[in-house]
Amino acid sequence: MTNNSKSDSSMERLYNGLVKENPTFVLMLGMCPTLAVTTSAMNGLGMGLTTMVVLALSNMIISLLRNIVPDKVRIPAFIVVIASFVTMVELLLEGFIPALYDALGLYIPLIVVNCIILGRAESYASKNPVIPSLFDGIGMGLGFSFALTCIGAVRELIGAGEIFGFHIMPDAYVPCAIFIMAPGAFFVLAALTAIQNKIRMNGEKKGRDMSKIQSGCNEDCMNCADKGCSHRFYGASDGAGSKNETVKAGGKERE
Amino acid sequence: MVSDLMRVSSNPHVRSKVTTGSIMLAVVVALLPAAGFGIFNFGLDALILIVVTVAATVFTEYAYEKLMGKKVTIGDYSAVVTGLLLALNLPSSAPWWIGAVGGVFAILVVKMLFGGLGQNFMNPALAARCFLLISFTSIMTNFDCDTYTGATPLAALKSGESVNVLDMVIGRTAGTIGETSMIAIVIGAGFLILLGVIDLRIPGSYIISFVIFICLFGGHGVDAAYISAHLAGGGLMLGAFFMATDYVTRPITKVGQYVFGILLGILTGIFRIFGPSAEGVSYAIIIGNLLVPLIEKATLPVAFGTKGGKRA
Repeated sequence: MTNNSKSDSSMERLYNGLVKENPTFVLMLGMCPTLAVTTSAMNGLGMGLTTMVVLALSNMIISLLRNIVPDKVRIPAFIVVIASFVTMVELLLEGFIPALYDALGLYIPLIVVNCIILGRAESYASKNPVIPSLFDGIGMGLGFSFALTCIGAVRELIGAGEIFGFHIMPDAYVPCAIFIMAPGAFFVLAALTAIQNKIRMNGEKKGRDMSKIQSGCNEDCMNCADKGCSHRFYGASDGAGSKNETVKAGGKERE
Repeated sequence: MVSDLMRVSSNPHVRSKVTTGSIMLAVVVALLPAAGFGIFNFGLDALILIVVTVAATVFTEYAYEKLMGKKVTIGDYSAVVTGLLLALNLPSSAPWWIGAVGGVFAILVVKMLFGGLGQNFMNPALAARCFLLISFTSIMTNFDCDTYTGATPLAALKSGESVNVLDMVIGRTAGTIGETSMIAIVIGAGFLILLGVIDLRIPGSYIISFVIFICLFGGHGVDAAYISAHLAGGGLMLGAFFMATDYVTRPITKVGQYVFGILLGILTGIFRIFGPSAEGVSYAIIIGNLLVPLIEKATLPVAFGTKGGKRA
């Protein structure tokens, strides 16, 4: 399979996280921080980068531990790794960037339960070598940062007339305050997701490959063409095609 | 292929001259007294705002349907009704673009993105009013104009000042363009009731439950002046007759309509008496709209012949 080398290449992981499998606009994961902290572009970027650091490091460690941790206790083990990194990041932020720490507040410790991180640990890092896992984390984190910054920028622009604190709109512009309140997050997320879908549909029309994942299984059993798949609705999907056999065997062990 | 002649829809096959367009046109006509009084009361500003808002709603509907390749439905006047209702809910001092932004929001976000007329889960005019109220609070609560300055009668009432109920019934007070005159609204509502476009189930249960609520919790007991000031003030009449009765966002079942009206009365009472602002009709109706599917499910009539089915 020519896919295998592609899906394992670092650049491919980055592109996958940023565009094809963007955690916010495509996978719709991590909605709580996405909606709650994107009141400005700066907060969105800060949250995204903080998550990216945790995601990359925890992916790496979990990938290293993947052959040691018994399957039955893997979720608690992942959470311990993730929580350790979140605590480190939290203390570092409090010490060095207190402004961002104050702005993000409760949402920093909540990174522990961000489903993107656990999702990547479970579906990619626990089945793949260290380097691709690291880049998968960075790619996903970049995608998350990009999405949050976009949402934050649009909300800040309409709701306060600024982007990153710089005044953009003419003085006559009256800020539409609802956009930096909770409803605005939903409006902007919906609009940006719609634009992303439009771009994807246009790409498909032109015959570009816009499918979510390069490797065999896209974990989306509902929309999967392979109705006879033995892992249908039972998880245990594989991140990389070359590991197909071993992973499937691993999946059976779990059941 | 089956020929067109053979393709018959399911019964009943009653023919009626009543169409969406004719009903909406009746609502537009019924709103004219309130709009006319608003223009008379607040002057040219009000007229400009009404024209801009209606133009914005109609144009948004037209543009969206053209762009999306759908059938253009501006001929059914529903966009005009939305625009007119929204404009009547704006203070006359608001700049023209408030009407335009509100009109675009009402039609594009609340109505068209959810599938157009009949699919919107909320009254578009009210949703747009709340959108504007949250976004541009200072503009939307500034009722100062050439004719009147100072607080609306409801705000005065809330802060314990005395109000002139007669002025409120006639409409010579500060407020949004269309809400001030109880007489003009009731004339329009009477016209709709005579035509059979609306009935008294929702407005009646709404107003009665509201009156009972303020008698119990208003702190004035059964005080005729206080009650009539609450009835004539603010958007209660406009909301009860023209917005709570919106075909799309009210319950279908008769029992459900009574439940809906009582719910609105209680919510409006809570917002007016215990809430931070003097007015609460818009939020009450919007929250009521969201509960409509639940109300309909709970009040579904029992099908004929299945009532005695308490076996097993």
